[in-house]
Amino acid sequence: MKRKLIGALVGAAVMSMAASSVYAQKGAVKLSGDMVKIGVLTDMSGVYSDLGGQGSVTAAQMAIDDFKAQAKPSWKIDLVYADHQNKADVGSNKAREWYDTQGVDMMTDVLNSAVALAVSKVTAEKKRVLIDAGAATTRLTNEDCTPYTVHYVYDTYALANGGGKAVVKQGGDSWFFLTADYAFGHSLEKDTADVVKANGGKVLGAVRHPLNASDFSSFLLQAQASKAKIVGLANAGGDTINSIKAANEFGLTKTQKLVGLLTQITDIHALGLPTTQGMMFTEGFYWNLNAETREWSRRYFGKMKKMPSMLQAGVYSAVLTYLKAVQTAGTDDADAVMKQLKSMTINDMFAKNGKIREDGRMVHDMFLVEVKKQAESKEPWDYYHVRAVIPGSEAFQPLSLSRCPLVKK
Amino acid sequence: MSEIFGVPIQAFMGQLMLGLVNGSFYAMLSLGLAVIFGMLNIINFAHGALYMMGAMFAWMGLNYFGIGYWWSLLLAPLAVGAAGIVIERSMLQWLYKLDHLYGLLLTFGLALILEGIFRDQYGVSGQPYSIPEEFVGAYNLGFMFLPKYRAWVILASLAVCFATWFFIEKTPLGAYLRAATENPRLTQAFGINVPLMVMLTYGFGVALAGFAGVLAAPAMQVSPLMGSNLIIVVFAVVVIGGMGSILGSIVTGLGLGVIEGMTKVFWPEASATVVFVIMAIVLLVRPAGLFGREK
Amino acid sequence: MSRQLVGYAILLALMLVAPAVVYPVLVMKILCFALFACAFNLLIGYTGLLSFGHAVFLGTAGYVAGHSIKVWGFPPELGLIAAALAAAGLGWVIGSLAIRRSGIYFAMITLALAQMMYFFFLQAPFTGGEDGLQDVPRGKLLGVIDLANDYNLYYFVLAIFVFAFWLIHRTIHSPFGQVLKAIRENEARAISLGYDVAKYKLLAFVLSAGLAGLAGATKTLVFRFATLTDAHWHTSGEVVLMTLLGGMGTVFGPVVGAATIVTLQNELADKVGSLVTVIMGAIFVVCVLVFRRGIVGELDALYKRMTGAR
Repeated sequence: MKRKLIGALVGAAVMSMAASSVYAQKGAVKLSGDMVKIGVLTDMSGVYSDLGGQGSVTAAQMAIDDFKAQAKPSWKIDLVYADHQNKADVGSNKAREWYDTQGVDMMTDVLNSAVALAVSKVTAEKKRVLIDAGAATTRLTNEDCTPYTVHYVYDTYALANGGGKAVVKQGGDSWFFLTADYAFGHSLEKDTADVVKANGGKVLGAVRHPLNASDFSSFLLQAQASKAKIVGLANAGGDTINSIKAANEFGLTKTQKLVGLLTQITDIHALGLPTTQGMMFTEGFYWNLNAETREWSRRYFGKMKKMPSMLQAGVYSAVLTYLKAVQTAGTDDADAVMKQLKSMTINDMFAKNGKIREDGRMVHDMFLVEVKKQAESKEPWDYYHVRAVIPGSEAFQPLSLSRCPLVKK
Repeated sequence: MSEIFGVPIQAFMGQLMLGLVNGSFYAMLSLGLAVIFGMLNIINFAHGALYMMGAMFAWMGLNYFGIGYWWSLLLAPLAVGAAGIVIERSMLQWLYKLDHLYGLLLTFGLALILEGIFRDQYGVSGQPYSIPEEFVGAYNLGFMFLPKYRAWVILASLAVCFATWFFIEKTPLGAYLRAATENPRLTQAFGINVPLMVMLTYGFGVALAGFAGVLAAPAMQVSPLMGSNLIIVVFAVVVIGGMGSILGSIVTGLGLGVIEGMTKVFWPEASATVVFVIMAIVLLVRPAGLFGREK
Repeated sequence: MSRQLVGYAILLALMLVAPAVVYPVLVMKILCFALFACAFNLLIGYTGLLSFGHAVFLGTAGYVAGHSIKVWGFPPELGLIAAALAAAGLGWVIGSLAIRRSGIYFAMITLALAQMMYFFFLQAPFTGGEDGLQDVPRGKLLGVIDLANDYNLYYFVLAIFVFAFWLIHRTIHSPFGQVLKAIRENEARAISLGYDVAKYKLLAFVLSAGLAGLAGATKTLVFRFATLTDAHWHTSGEVVLMTLLGGMGTVFGPVVGAATIVTLQNELADKVGSLVTVIMGAIFVVCVLVFRRGIVGELDALYKRMTGAR
């Protein structure tokens, strides 16, 4: 009796499974002409929460409000957000759920390369739009490119090409790398090393540290022993902050120059100027650059009590650009919007003459900045000298080198 | 420049010194853990979070109350110790009769709570805490560069460790403590207030962690995650040294710090795992630990 | 006995129609973690061994399944089997080392060895490190049923869960299971009765590892990738929490615990951010202090009290 019952149940399950292959997908997307829903997926509480996090949500909301004020659209715009906790499965599940059950049309921020890659795949599967303002990996516009992903603010190539090239040209021709021992660090180190060598510099060595290492002193000792002029930090967030602190303690900064390959103004604020003065790196945004950036950033500061990172400013621009594209295309259908996105020129406080290429890469000017000395800083957050503007055409990987199948060669 | 094993002597000596610094932290933390385990039979998973609290209190003291480094060295451990006593009285004391594992689980939960609260308040980017005036700069010894603060850390931790060992092994109060560990019933029968001892022991063990936290604040970032990064390694140290052995924890902590430092020179990627490999080997060969006694 | 069967039948019926009301991917996630927790419970609830590194099996199987399906082109069913076997194999290695000690030492060894594997995964090229093993194709089951369809996959996952749960149920109620319980209650006595306790523990460990691996491999298929978080000690802690909350040593407890925790995390992730960790910790503390029998355990006790002594 028991066996028969179980058999019947299992059989029912198998049959249901076979039958469901013709089951229409529940919750199929209704392309609502009247409502656009934007999802900000970010790290709200972890290592990168100051780079994106609540700031990104605020920036997105500001973009929606500004768009409504300028363009007065007849349709509704809604914002949802979630914390992916730096876990790819949480992020991917959330993306799927948003697309399947909440009618989200576009996602943005999505920092953390692992999460970004996963969300990019889901976005392509469900035919929505991802404008990623937070992640670093160049894979998003090379091997893993899709017709539905835009890589907005920066990538490891731009970081390398900006900081690396400029520093070599200014005389920093011997390098030693301190690298976070995972994919992001490796690729950042490789890209930067390539740039250094291509510009006549030498790479004297590298040392890899575990992610979230608690102590960098031993690695920095090796950096000192190498006698390289430049110590390149191929890491981010807490690791960068730790490395810089330790470098100061060991007097490394007296004889060598630190180049943070991914450093943000929030990191500088956490470390303080006396520790970071003289550091040079690539930035995608600086609040104090011109009147437009100042105006926007002060509004942002009013809400967040911090100045924005390039990711947060990028989210603002991404959302604004998307909404403009939807308005022009007249629909939130992903194919139509993507076509519009790739044909428009982006001009706002974040980017001038920004363009989105076939591979999804948004090309805009980057900046080489140097951190001010304490005495030179006139007000809180006044941290950078902008030493050079790196034009978009030079900052990012040329289309001819792209490994993206979408690019026609 | 002369070399040892193919590595420039400056780098080698530098790593040795750093290994000692790390080892000092391991020693202090594992000392607290060992004392607590010896007395309470509880594996205090919250030890990392309490270490973090010590650093946080120092930071908060400085930024909210203007309390400087030297006062923090005294006050923060006291605050953490007080927190520990509250924890012991309100939660831990109900677990002594149960399987050891419940203590582990409870303190694991506590660690999550403490970290979550601080993370919620302060994010994870870390707060800056500058090195006190007296210790800025370094001694240039020729064959290596010795930051003054790191040297102080080694001295302070050695002093504290030695003081603790002396107290427990050589003083009457320490003797009562050891007696209470071996045989609580009998010790109580002699009129010694065993529950009070237990409570104070836990408080003292975590105060040690708090002290380590204050020492760490200028050297590493003060972040809610600083404890969880460290705690598993410290566990391994305690297991290798032998739980319940004071001397074992100190020597093992310092030794493992040095070994880790050496690994960083010759094979950096393995530096994260070397402690675990050693732990696995020790557990197979001598399960009570290098200095422990089988309980 | 048949009352229990009716209960299971009702549950199964509910599960069959669940995707009509609840988001199927969420239910699949719950099923995977429920299986993971049940496998874990085999060790803690029935053999009395606290494995504090169980996530290593989830992760290993996840990577093996992902790699074999994506790179070697295995069909999904073969990938799952390969992964479960890999996890069982690893379970044999880790178990053999850990079994030699007991109690806290056992837990610490499993933690240490799991941590070593974690760092191995971090560096090994095939795992993709922090990026994770992405874009694993779901493939066609038996070459016919397209698993890219969430509904097809759901019934497949449900079938796997039912099978594995039945396996655990049979194991627990078999003579082998009785010996395990004896070992949990009083190991010395079990030895004195002539049982080769080490062999039983090892077998339980391998079985638990293999089933945990099956859960991990299935999860890889659902989400189409395997990441480091699967092998991280936080995940090990999570499965302990699920089992503790649900009820250690009960058959259905881990399922309830897993469902509760996964749903909680899902709902709260948006609303409270970091405080999710605090809530998890609070649940741990509360469970250890006053709720040691867990949800199912307490319900069971309540039922027994209400219907008089059994």
